Amino acid sequence: MDSTVTTGAEENVWGGGNRPLGASYGKLMMWFFLVSDALTFSGFLAAYGFSRFKFIETWPIADEVFTHVPFFHGNYPMIYVAFMTFILIMSSVTMVLAVDAGHRMKKNSVIWYMFLTIIGGAIFVGSQAWEWATFIKGDYGAVETRGGRILQFVKADTGERAALADFAKTLPGERVMHERKNGLWFYDEGYQPSYSLNEVLEGFKDNSNILVRTETINAEGEKVVLSREEAMTKLQNASQVVEGANLIQNEYGSRLFADFFFFITGFHGFHVFSGVMINLIIFFNVALGTYEKRGHYEMVEKVGLYWHFVDLVWVFVFTFFYLV
Amino acid sequence: MADAHKLEIFRGLLKFKSNTQKIWGVLVFLTIVTAIEVALGITKPEALIDTSFLGMKLLNWIFIILTLVKAYYIAWDFMHLRDEKSSLRRTIVWTPIFLVLYLVFILLVEANYIYSVFKDGFVTWNF
Repeated sequence: MDSTVTTGAEENVWGGGNRPLGASYGKLMMWFFLVSDALTFSGFLAAYGFSRFKFIETWPIADEVFTHVPFFHGNYPMIYVAFMTFILIMSSVTMVLAVDAGHRMKKNSVIWYMFLTIIGGAIFVGSQAWEWATFIKGDYGAVETRGGRILQFVKADTGERAALADFAKTLPGERVMHERKNGLWFYDEGYQPSYSLNEVLEGFKDNSNILVRTETINAEGEKVVLSREEAMTKLQNASQVVEGANLIQNEYGSRLFADFFFFITGFHGFHVFSGVMINLIIFFNVALGTYEKRGHYEMVEKVGLYWHFVDLVWVFVFTFFYLV
Repeated sequence: MADAHKLEIFRGLLKFKSNTQKIWGVLVFLTIVTAIEVALGITKPEALIDTSFLGMKLLNWIFIILTLVKAYYIAWDFMHLRDEKSSLRRTIVWTPIFLVLYLVFILLVEANYIYSVFKDGFVTWNF
């Protein structure tokens, strides 16, 4: 196992025989990497905390942003993220079971448990991709002001959010989106919102059931809804219609929220993806009997450490992004 | 190391017969904690939101503490730090804890200051 040249002084403390941490070289290096990686993630999350405390009164409420579950209509805050968390913890469990089976040299159980771990990881990455797609596509649409703030719309009678399509007017004579097939073929106009700012504003004027909701959070922890008159003055500052979120615009509120969402869950998702890839390699090695020949399954243990770390990070991301 | 698993959690309150059994036990515990978090996150009890402790809502403190509890059991039982030498354990755990607390302290205090500048200073940003 050890590649060091052994001399007679091995048992001697000052002769190299001392093992203060009692771990093999590979395992220790994995731990070094994990500690430094943990600091990277902490840096991200601390930066998130910084921006959030800076805009503590206007930060989006995560419960109102992540409300979708695939194949189901309606408002289910947190449910899907909780499911993702459970999947990741579950795949962590099958990973420990694989490590445990490795210690007892049970090749077939290791293969089976590694397989389940990979499936769990794949489900998680898929869920995250779906969550990204939903977040990017957007929900109700909003209006951005000149100051870069977001104004959302609610229905006065029910208090529910109002989508732009619920009240925006369709005005004739508005400009047409440039397409490659008619005109400059090398020029692409990119994405245009489904309604122009003018159509939204006219629709708002005609529909007295629609109120404007600002980013500001009141003492009860809810977003402040303006009266019709206040809303009219506020809307004079409107500069464009925003649908969905990207690195520049965000219909859910502060742009920084979207930026951090993409960076933190993206960095984590990248870790899960590479974890699945490394797990696959180890899975094939186990199946080919590499570790059986080597006489121990320490590689499974090392990749297991990485996999649990990914789970550990998600526990923190879940708390600071979705719960707090 | 491989054959020397410590099979008790909660300071010996719960003892397991085998390592496999302990793993499932920890899974049950982690699932319960997650379920509590999600339930609190959806219901948001009034009492916990209205009470503020050290500048943060009581509910948020509960979330953070439950997260640390979960992190402890993932590191101790899944990453089997429980079975490692205490010197390795301390090196791994205390280094990031110290550095992260330091960074978080600096950033949050600074953010709070910028918040007050935005609020009371002559800066227009919310228009």
